[in-house]
Amino acid sequence: MIAAAILIAVAIVVFASQGPVYSTRMFVEAGCYALIALGLNLQWGYAGLFNVGVMGLIAAGAATSMIATFPSNPLFWNSGGPGLLGWFLARLGLAILLIVFANMSDRIGFGPKARALAIAVAIAAAWILVTEGVNPMAAEIETKATWIGGFGLPVFVGWLLAAVVAGLISWFIAKVCLGLRADYLAIATIGFAQIIKTFLKNADWLTRGTLTVSPLPWPVVKPAEGEFLLARSLYLCLVAVLIIVIYLALQRAWNSPWGRMMRAIRDNEEAAAAMGKDVNRRRLEIFVIGSMLIGFGGAVLIHFTGVFDPAGFIDLNHTFLVWVMVILGGAGNNRGAIFGALLIYVIWTMSAPAATLLFDALRDYGKVWFDWDAPSDLDSRAFQMRVFVIGLTITLVLRLAPAGVLPETVKHRK
Amino acid sequence: MEALVFLINKALVAGLVIGSIYALGAIGVTLIFGILRFAHFAHGDLMTLGAFFTLALAGIGASLGIATPFPIALAALLPAMLLTAASAIAIDRTFYRPLRLAKVRPIIIVIASVGVTLMLQGAIRLVAGVGTRNMFFDQAKDIHRFTLPGARREIVMTEPQVVLVALTICAMVGLHWFLTRSRLGKAMRAVSDNPDLARITGIDTDRVVRATWVTAGALACAAGSLLSMDVFLKPDLAFNLLLPIFAAAIVGGIGQPFGAIAGGFLIGFSETLAIFDWGVLFRELNPLLPALLQLPTSFAFVPTEYKLMVPFVILIIVLVYRPTGVFRGKVF
Repeated sequence: MIAAAILIAVAIVVFASQGPVYSTRMFVEAGCYALIALGLNLQWGYAGLFNVGVMGLIAAGAATSMIATFPSNPLFWNSGGPGLLGWFLARLGLAILLIVFANMSDRIGFGPKARALAIAVAIAAAWILVTEGVNPMAAEIETKATWIGGFGLPVFVGWLLAAVVAGLISWFIAKVCLGLRADYLAIATIGFAQIIKTFLKNADWLTRGTLTVSPLPWPVVKPAEGEFLLARSLYLCLVAVLIIVIYLALQRAWNSPWGRMMRAIRDNEEAAAAMGKDVNRRRLEIFVIGSMLIGFGGAVLIHFTGVFDPAGFIDLNHTFLVWVMVILGGAGNNRGAIFGALLIYVIWTMSAPAATLLFDALRDYGKVWFDWDAPSDLDSRAFQMRVFVIGLTITLVLRLAPAGVLPETVKHRK
Repeated sequence: MEALVFLINKALVAGLVIGSIYALGAIGVTLIFGILRFAHFAHGDLMTLGAFFTLALAGIGASLGIATPFPIALAALLPAMLLTAASAIAIDRTFYRPLRLAKVRPIIIVIASVGVTLMLQGAIRLVAGVGTRNMFFDQAKDIHRFTLPGARREIVMTEPQVVLVALTICAMVGLHWFLTRSRLGKAMRAVSDNPDLARITGIDTDRVVRATWVTAGALACAAGSLLSMDVFLKPDLAFNLLLPIFAAAIVGGIGQPFGAIAGGFLIGFSETLAIFDWGVLFRELNPLLPALLQLPTSFAFVPTEYKLMVPFVILIIVLVYRPTGVFRGKVF
């Protein structure tokens, strides 16, 4: 109740001070972050899995949806591009099959050493297959058609595909790391996020790289056709509906035997395993579902922004901010995640002008009182103040209020 | 011959240098992981912090007019290492120790270390700005040249590189002596093996924790400072180091300092050899080969922009097939 009241108060203040057009934009973005935060809450709050690769999943989801929905590029389809792309995908599939078969070679009588050798050979062969395939294709596509363009699918299909791709990626990471302690998952996810970003930035044939792609199609009236405010309000309604539907589904899952099992695994792995639960399998399941939600949220966010810029995905905004939202809002509580996302996003956006203002004041008074010459890059330093505050918030919340603002509710039946 | 010199310069010397950096960082990560049982994400920023301490001390020294026979930044290294070690203990006291005492799940401390990463990053850039700095101010770096018989080009190593490699060797020997001969080092290994057993045999775990942070902090400072002397000091120096360092620690086996050193060099050499343009060698070989077996004139295993793939792929392979690492470390 109090949380809802705070949110409404914040909304009123924002709308009054920033004007409706800008405020609607802020709340749509905050809503997209709420979807992402719900996904992360599923992983961390329900299952205790530490995912620091949120940015990578958002980027992967956004890229997938961008490619699926952007109008197709006739230059590409009329050149030799599609054939080359098909050939490359075939090579990729073959490479994956090679590794999978090498891994299964112990079933056809390979000893441990022979299997290790087979795997090494398979990895090397797969590597050569893929890298040798990508360069000629990329060169051909980039000279003839700049990039492959999109597939012109409806936006909702793009969003679902985004979820599927994010799920596949996280399935791979989880398969590798979930048998081990959570720290390994953290290391692997942070690395994978960087690699996804590097790939999207450099694969010009697929994403136009630094040239960026815009405008992305909207699922509702386009700002160009309708009025800005109307278009954004419709998008806001859409996001709100998505949040409500997903929230209800997640609440059902939380209260179901499945949710209870997840919390049991989170709180005492050994006990859950002793009760016959397949801990790693369940964790894999929830990690993939959470990542799908994150990828989906990322796609919704990027379509609203309208510009796909691979350099725009940064750890601070797309990973750590989401973490602050979840742990401050209350891990294990979906309302907490939504509340945290909306509140923190508004504070985060408003803090940029506030920090600049503060630093400008600092410079002026410093000059007047202490005759202090401020460094010329003061504005970029003002941004760093916010990085510091995010870090401080994480450590303070963990220490002082580990349950967050809206703690997880535990039902006790008598 | 020229190509061989090129290979040595670009791949072997570079691999040795970056491998030393990874090794020095990974020793700290593996000690912290083994003794305090969490992945210390702020380690990269501890390196940056150390580098900035060195820069600040060198700047103060230079402005006081202290003259040293070698670059002043090298003279500032030792006090900066002490300062970083002290900061590491202070960070532990303020952020990790309260959580440890509250007996939270280890992963919570990992998240706290992510928070510390952001705080250090923010604080460093807030104070020092985001620009690039030269650790040597306007002085030129000494360059050591070696000539191979029959080659016109020379093998080049700069002074910081030589110091770095020498320091890594010293650190290895010193660490070996410390961990196997001294009382405190043995206590550290005992805590790493079994903390409860160590405590009931009367080992002062607080002292062990302090020693861990001192070692980790000092080595991180050395690595960060020498890396930024070798190239430039950038505030985002740390970020790209984090993954290779973790990979090195895991490849070497968690809790195994010597494994971490081996892992560091393995990752370092793999990286430089993977991005090395083998075409340079192939061009010289091509005249000797029949026309059918001509090698490409430009060939690298991994394009430079995907350098990060190398430690990541090694990490994944190790996690899948041998999670204990090459030297049979712990796996939690």
